This record gives sequence, C-alpha cells and structure tokens, in this order.
Amino acid sequence: MAGAEGDDSLYPIAVLIDELRNEDVQLRLNSIKKLSTIALALGVERTRTELLPFLTDTIYDEDEVLLALAEQLGSFTLLVGGPEFVHCLLPPLESLATVEETVVRDKAVESLRKISQEHSPVDLEVHFVPLVKRLASGDWFTSRTSACGLFSVCYPRVSSSIKAEIRQHFRTLCSDDTPMVRRAAASKLGEFAKVLELDYVKSDIIPLFTALASDEQDSVRLLAVEAGVSIATLLPQEDLETLVMPTLRQASEDKSWRVRYMVADKFSELQKAVGPEITKNDLVPAFQNLLKDCEAEVRAASANKVKVFCENLPEDSRETIIMTHILPCVKELVSDTNQHVKSALASVIMGLSTILGKDNTVEHLLPLFLAQLKDECPEVRLNIISNLDCVNEVIGIRQLSQSLLPAIVELAEDAKWRVRLAIIEYMPLLAGQLGVEFFDEKLNSLCMAWLIDHVYAIREAATCNLMKLVEKFGAEWAQNTIVPKVLGMANDPNYLHRMTTLFCINALSEACGQEITTKHMLPVVLKMSNDQVANVRFNVAKCLQKIGPVLESSALQAEVKPVLEKLATDQDMDVKYFALEAISGIMREHLHQYIMPSHYPNPYAEMRPVGSTLSNPYFTQST
Amino acid sequence: MLSPVLCSDLAVLEPDYTEADVISTVEFNQTGEFLATGDKGGRVVIFQREPQGEYNVYSTFQSHEPEFDYLKSLEIEEKINKIRWLPPHNPAHFLLSTNDKTIKLWKVSERDKRAEGYNLRDEEGRLKDLSTITTLQVPVLRPMDLLVEATPRRVFANAHAYHINSISINSDCETYLSADDLRINLWHLSITDRSFNIVDLKPENMEDLSEVITVAEFHPHHCHLLAFSSSTGTTRLCDMRARALCDQHAKLFEEAVDPSRRSFLSEIVSSVSDIKFSHSGRYLLTRDYLTVKVWDINMENKPVETYQVHDYLRGKLCSLYESDCIFDKFECAWNGTDSVIMTGAYNNYFRMFDRASRRDVTLEASRELCKRRAVLQPRRVCVGRKRKETDVSVDSLDFRKKILHTAWHPKDNIIAIAASNNLYIFQDRMPTHGHHHAQQIQSAPPE
Repeated sequence: MAGAEGDDSLYPIAVLIDELRNEDVQLRLNSIKKLSTIALALGVERTRTELLPFLTDTIYDEDEVLLALAEQLGSFTLLVGGPEFVHCLLPPLESLATVEETVVRDKAVESLRKISQEHSPVDLEVHFVPLVKRLASGDWFTSRTSACGLFSVCYPRVSSSIKAEIRQHFRTLCSDDTPMVRRAAASKLGEFAKVLELDYVKSDIIPLFTALASDEQDSVRLLAVEAGVSIATLLPQEDLETLVMPTLRQASEDKSWRVRYMVADKFSELQKAVGPEITKNDLVPAFQNLLKDCEAEVRAASANKVKVFCENLPEDSRETIIMTHILPCVKELVSDTNQHVKSALASVIMGLSTILGKDNTVEHLLPLFLAQLKDECPEVRLNIISNLDCVNEVIGIRQLSQSLLPAIVELAEDAKWRVRLAIIEYMPLLAGQLGVEFFDEKLNSLCMAWLIDHVYAIREAATCNLMKLVEKFGAEWAQNTIVPKVLGMANDPNYLHRMTTLFCINALSEACGQEITTKHMLPVVLKMSNDQVANVRFNVAKCLQKIGPVLESSALQAEVKPVLEKLATDQDMDVKYFALEAISGIMREHLHQYIMPSHYPNPYAEMRPVGSTLSNPYFTQST
Repeated sequence: MLSPVLCSDLAVLEPDYTEADVISTVEFNQTGEFLATGDKGGRVVIFQREPQGEYNVYSTFQSHEPEFDYLKSLEIEEKINKIRWLPPHNPAHFLLSTNDKTIKLWKVSERDKRAEGYNLRDEEGRLKDLSTITTLQVPVLRPMDLLVEATPRRVFANAHAYHINSISINSDCETYLSADDLRINLWHLSITDRSFNIVDLKPENMEDLSEVITVAEFHPHHCHLLAFSSSTGTTRLCDMRARALCDQHAKLFEEAVDPSRRSFLSEIVSSVSDIKFSHSGRYLLTRDYLTVKVWDINMENKPVETYQVHDYLRGKLCSLYESDCIFDKFECAWNGTDSVIMTGAYNNYFRMFDRASRRDVTLEASRELCKRRAVLQPRRVCVGRKRKETDVSVDSLDFRKKILHTAWHPKDNIIAIAASNNLYIFQDRMPTHGHHHAQQIQSAPPE
C-alpha cells in the first residue's frame, strides 16, 4: 500500500506538471502560477536539472503565461537551492528577456534585477555579467534593449576591469543602429549614471547624454530629457552650467514639439535638480518660452506646471519673478485659443493666490479668475470652481461670489448632461465654502431643479448631493428647506418624479435621523404604496427596507409591516418580489442586531438594544 | 536596365479562379527574403526565398474575415488592402495587414520542438494506470518537423470611419500611420485602444468635400516627415515636429495645369493612386492615371521627371470612364538603388523606366508567354497602323487584365508582379548572386 500512498500525494503535482502544456491557456497559466509547488515537490536538484531547462524553451507560449513565468522566476532562489545556485535561473530569464512582447521582457528584466542581488560577487562576475554581455551583443534588438536595464544592478558590485567593460557595452548600445535600443539606453541613462563614479559620470555619461539629446529620432531625444534631469542631480553645481545646461537649453528649444513637451512635463523635477541660481537665470526664461510655445500641447503641459514652478522658486525673489515674468504669460494663457490649455491653467491657477498673498490676488489674479469663470468652455469654469478652496483661504469666497453664481447657474443648465453632472459633484464643496445663507438664497433652487432633470444620472447625482448637503448643514436645515420640497414631489403627475421622492428618502433617511424619517417621510412612503404605477409601488417596498433600520420600531411593527404584507399580495410580480425581499431583509437586519454581535466591540455589553425590539415580530418568528 | 527572366510564377493551375483569389497587395520584407501577398478573400500568403533564389510558400493564413457593421448596415469586406512588414525583432517575422476598417499585427514564427512526457497520460493521450505512477516526470523538448505558425498579436480597430487605404511604419519603429479617405491616424505598435488623429480633411459640411486622401506614407529615415496624396493630384509633406495636428502641410507638390486643358476627365486622371519615397528619402514617386512622376522633395512646383505610362489611352478616356477603368489604382515602385522605377498598366503589361538613360520598356506578365529562363520580350503598343508584326494595337488591349500591384526587392533586381490571381516573380538575367533559375509555383493558397 505504500506505493498507492505515494500516488495519492503525487497526483495533484502530476496534474499541475501536465497542465503546464495543456491546450487551455487558463490551465497553463494556473499551473505556471503554482510553479513553486511543482518545484517544491520535485526538490531543488530536479528543479535545476529538469524543470528549468524545460522552462527555458517554453518561450512559444502566450504572453500572459510568459509574463507569469517571468514573475515567478524572480522569487525562485530558494527553490533552486538558495543563493549558491541562483545562477540556474539565468537561462530561462535570458530567453524571456528576448521575446518580442515588451511587458514580458520588462518583467524578465525586473526579475533578473531582483535575483542579481542574490548573487555573490564572484557569481555575479562568473554568471550574471556574461549574461548581460550576451544580451548586449545579441543579434536582435529585443535582447539589446533588455540589457540596458541590467547594467546598473551589476556595476557597483564588480571589479574595476569589468566595470570598464560594462561602461563600454553601455556606450555601444547608446549608439546602436536601431532606435528601439537607443530609446532603451536613453531611458536607463539616468539610472546608470547614479551608480557610476563621479569622474565617469563626467567623462562617459555626459558625452552619451549629449549624443542622445541630439539623436535624429525625436523619440530618443525626448527620453534624453529625463536622463538629463537625473544627471543634473548628480553633478556639483559648478559643473551643471558647462556639462548639462547647454544640452537642456537646446532641448527646450528643440524643433520637435514632443521634445519641448517633455521638457515642460519634467520642469519641476528639472527645477529641483538644478537649484535656485540656474532656475533664476535659465529656467525662468525657458519656462516663459514654453508657456508661449506655438504648439498647444506644450503650452498645456507647461500651464500645468505653473503653480509648482512658482512654489519652488527661491523665496527671496519669488514674488518679483512671478509678477514680472510668469504672470504676464499666464494672463495671455487665460485667453488662449486652445481649450485644453485654458483648462490646464484653470486647474492650477487658483494655487497662485496662496503664493502671492491677499493684495496681489485681489489686484492681479481675481480678474483672471473672473474671466475664466465666464469662459466659453465648461471644463475651464469647472476647474476654477473645483479649486475654490485655495482662494477661499486667502481672500474669502465672497469676492468671487458675484461672478461665481452666474457661472454655476450656467453650468447647472448646460445642455451636456456630463457638464451638469460635474457641477453637481462640486455642490457640497461649494456649499461648505459659501455658507448656508448664500446657499439657501442662491443655490438651493438649483439643487431641487436637478431632481426633476430628464437624465436619470443627473437625478441620481442630485439625490446623492442632497444627502451630502444634509450631512453638512444638519437635520434641522433639512427639515426646513429640503424635506418639504422632496415630499411635495410625491404628488407629481409624473411617476418618475414620484420615484425621485422615494430615492431621496432612501438617501436622506440616515442623515435626517429617526424622528424626521418616522414623522415626516414614512407617512408619505406608506401613502405611495397605493400608487397606480407598479414601479412606484415596488420602489416603496425597497424604500421601506432601506429606511427600516432608521425607523422607530413601533412604527415598523404597526405601520410598515401591514403595508409590506399588503404589497406582498400585489398583482404585479415585481412588487410582490420586492415586498417579500423587504420583509425578509428587515427581519435579517434585526437578527443581525441580536445574534450576530460582531458589529459591536463588546458583544455582550451591547446585546440588549435600546427600545422594545425584544418584542419584534420578526425576531420572534425566527425563534 | 533589367532583362527580366521569370523566377517564380505563383499561379493557380486551373484557369477558373474565384474573385477571392485575386491578389490585392504585394510587399517584400526589409531583407527581401520574404514576400507577402494579400488577396480579396482576406488571406495572406508569405513566400520565402530559397538559397537557389526561388520563392516558395512559407505560410498561408486567413488574416481578415468578412464582417457586418450593424450600426451602419454596411458589409465590411475581408479584402486585404495593404501589408507592411515590421523591421526584424527576433527570429519571428511581424507584419501589419489591413482591410477597410481593421489593422492587424501578425507574428509568423517557426517551431521545431515539441514537449513530450505526460505524467497521467501516455503519448497517445490515453490515461495511465495511476498505480504505475511512482515518480513525477518533467516534460522534455524533442525536435519535430518545422512548423510555421501565424498568430494575431494585436488588433487595431474602430478608429476609421472611412475605408483605410494606407498603412506605413515610422522609422522610429514604434509608431505607424493608417490613412482613410479623410483622416490619418497615428498608432503605437503596442497600444491598440488609443490612436491620435493627425490629419483631418473632413469639412464641417460634407457637401463642401473637394478632395480625399488616396495614399499616405512615412519618410524612410526622418521620423517626423510624412507624405500624403489626394484625389486632386497634389501631394503634401507634413512635419510632425511642428505641430501635433498636421492639417497644415509643410510642402505641397503640385504641377501647374494649363487651365485651357482642364476638364472633368483631366481632374480624374490627375488623382494620385500611389506614392513612394525613394530609398534615399530624397525623392518622391507619384503615380496618376497616365503618368508616373519623380519629385525632388526640395522642389514643390514641378516634378524633376515625368514618364508617360500609357499615353495612347489619352484619346480613350471617355470609354475608360464609362467602364470605370479610369478609377483603377496603379501602384509604383523604386528599385533598390532608386535608379529604375516600375509601374503597372493594362493588358498585363508593366512598365519600367531607367532614370539615367531615360530608356523605358513595356513587358508582359502572362502565363503563356513567360517561359522559364527566357528573357521577357519588350512589347510595343501602337496607335493606328502596326509598324511591326509584334506591335499591339491600342484597340486590342484587354482592359480587364491589369497590373495594379507591383513590388521590387529591396536590394536585388527581383520584382513581383500581381496580375489578378497570378503572382509573377522575375529576376534579372544577370543576377547579382549567381541565381539562374526560373521557377513556377502556386500562389493561391491550396485548399
């Protein structure tokens, strides 16, 4: 019987191994994801001699399988016998690092980087570095691009002669024939520079950076920009001006908008890397040019950086620089021809007020905000409204309210429902900033009007908005201003509006609390159970289930139960269904309170609830 | 100039072929080792050049299937409009193929190993007796017969409202363009759910429509330059560095037309049916109905060379209009050194023009006449009375037999000519690498 016992334990592993080559991708994928189980069963010896050679040749598989394999192998060291044998993982990862699919290659490189740390310095030179060299001089660009990501992990841990070889290989890849490899090299240049000795950064990296930054391919040049930022952080201030700045200056004036876009996109990183002096002398004029660029994409990217750039300016001259150099460009952008530019600016411009302080904000920024609040493009107005909090802190929102209101009203009535939806989402924020009085006076009617919008998504958002407003202004405010209007809609001839009443009650009951819900809302809901339209009736059932937990339990027993029981015998199937659902739902809710004490920190202390729920019919029924 | 000898005649043996077998595009890969054809039936056939110089079928696959657009109530044909090879990545080969609406990236790869050894089943797939299993077996790879598989890697769909007429891969090797009648989109080869519109000719009101895009192509070396031609006979060069949207061109290549000669038909025949950058990138070859022109990209106002393809048709344009032949889209090609250009014509004729000597030749691709290893004899079309026995009269030309699709090997003097369902591959009588053989193989995929 010993043999049979062996079979039993082998069987699941045998299935897993066989499924490594199942026709169904999903099964292969499952098997690969349990590769560690297979390896554990085979033992370290057979994993090294049989499993890994097989995996090395399975590069024909689907991408998702290869991706999973590449990931698994990154944490396989113990399964092949520990750091001593970690080099056994190199062959399968090497073949994965040459496949055509970028995500698989990247994952293989990631795993290789991970296991490189587990190599001893000797193994690194004997096994890992030769692999990097093989990849770097491979026939296909796929292997050469993968090599680019491996130099920086082995460089710090090898002897100086091998270091020289590695530098030479990297140099070669930077001038590869194919743009793919040059792109890979350019994107790893910064990372490689970080592990190099400063002298070599100056003697090796700088020339490579300069060459890549003037590559004939736009896609290579734009990657060099990012490398330039990393390199700048490594060099002492006195070398920056001569070694890096000429190239970066050239990039910010590149013929290709994509390169200039990249400069704009990396501008804050660049600013931090080069320090205050160069920022003042070089970056400020460069930034001005980018803000005035002829390509809208570049203007939008730099407009996005206006706030961060200004924030990080050296404190002593910040205000002067902004007022004399940046603000004039910003003013022009407010009336840009391209709406993406305006909207990018609108998303950050409010942040300038905290930097410039009250007086400058009132004098210089306020007119811009007001102009943008009147912009023809709704996105611009929305971006301003969504960032009002910055201004509120500095000058108070009252300054703006005169212009704010028409802007909000216009957005609230925009023909595009997505615009209306966006402004609804800002209502709670606005309400908080403008205060209850202003809100009641100007915005309340808008919020109510959305409840009868002809687009469902707007009505839904409007109910959600009401809930947030009640959370902000309190139950008393709700009872005086909102609840009467909501309940009034219960008599609307349009059944969609009557349903909105129910949806509002669903949303508001919790925020309004037990008293308002029981005294004011419940009677309306119960009355609606006689509605002619079945949709309204089954929503009554759903509503009762929803507000059940908020209601006084006496009302639940005396008023809700009979109505639900009546609805449970309704002619309409759906009404019946939801009524029964509600009955069992409310019952379950009460069961939770009693026999599932996990809600409470101390179950026994909280077991006995307040009120007379002990006599609750649903509870007694269940026992 | 070339003295072409038939190298491969890749035709169906039986004379009756279906419409689906008609070849709709021909394209060599970057090395010339492979040649791909697409047909009206949505199939792609790839030929590989043998060491002896002959091309044999390497792989055949169904690239596109007929579809139906339910929103617009339109049938989408499976016909392959264009094929473009990607630069070599790894041992596999990659190509883009497109029909009217959808572009697909295909991988054609070889497999010569097979995994063997199951734990629970024997090699025939029968379940083993579980009690015999005492150890685990890891599969091993064993050599097998070479298997060529084509797998679809990406599908680039839903970006074109009109029919795609061109695809072209950028020299950055990561992006490509696709052009339809009114718009040009830019794609990243590994991103299928996003593309950028870079040229849009669609007017606000479709009644103002005055021209459509006929062909678009990237410059072979400068990643930022693209050229597109239009139905009005103009070709525009755009610089993608200047702006994200290339609606405004950098250069416009257009020859001034004598207003007195302008007519309804003259506008139709001036429509550009194909453009090709020279390998050097300096010149642009454009084909319209009657001529093929070489433009220096530094000179916009007139072509540096103009060659008459079949000037004898000038008097027959009315009847060609009535038979719709006037809308035929002839392609054109450069040889590897940009010294000779080639384009197709009617009656299964194709024309070659030597740029230096200004000599030209008309040759015929026909199964009856193409004897193996025999040099093709030049043809002459005459208007009016025959001067020589072998002359062919214009009136006897067969307009149903047309050579629309041609391709030239990137380095060697080997040309591929598609004539309806036949693919002819000719090579120079004095081949550069000592290949002497001519051969005949089948083109339409076997059943």
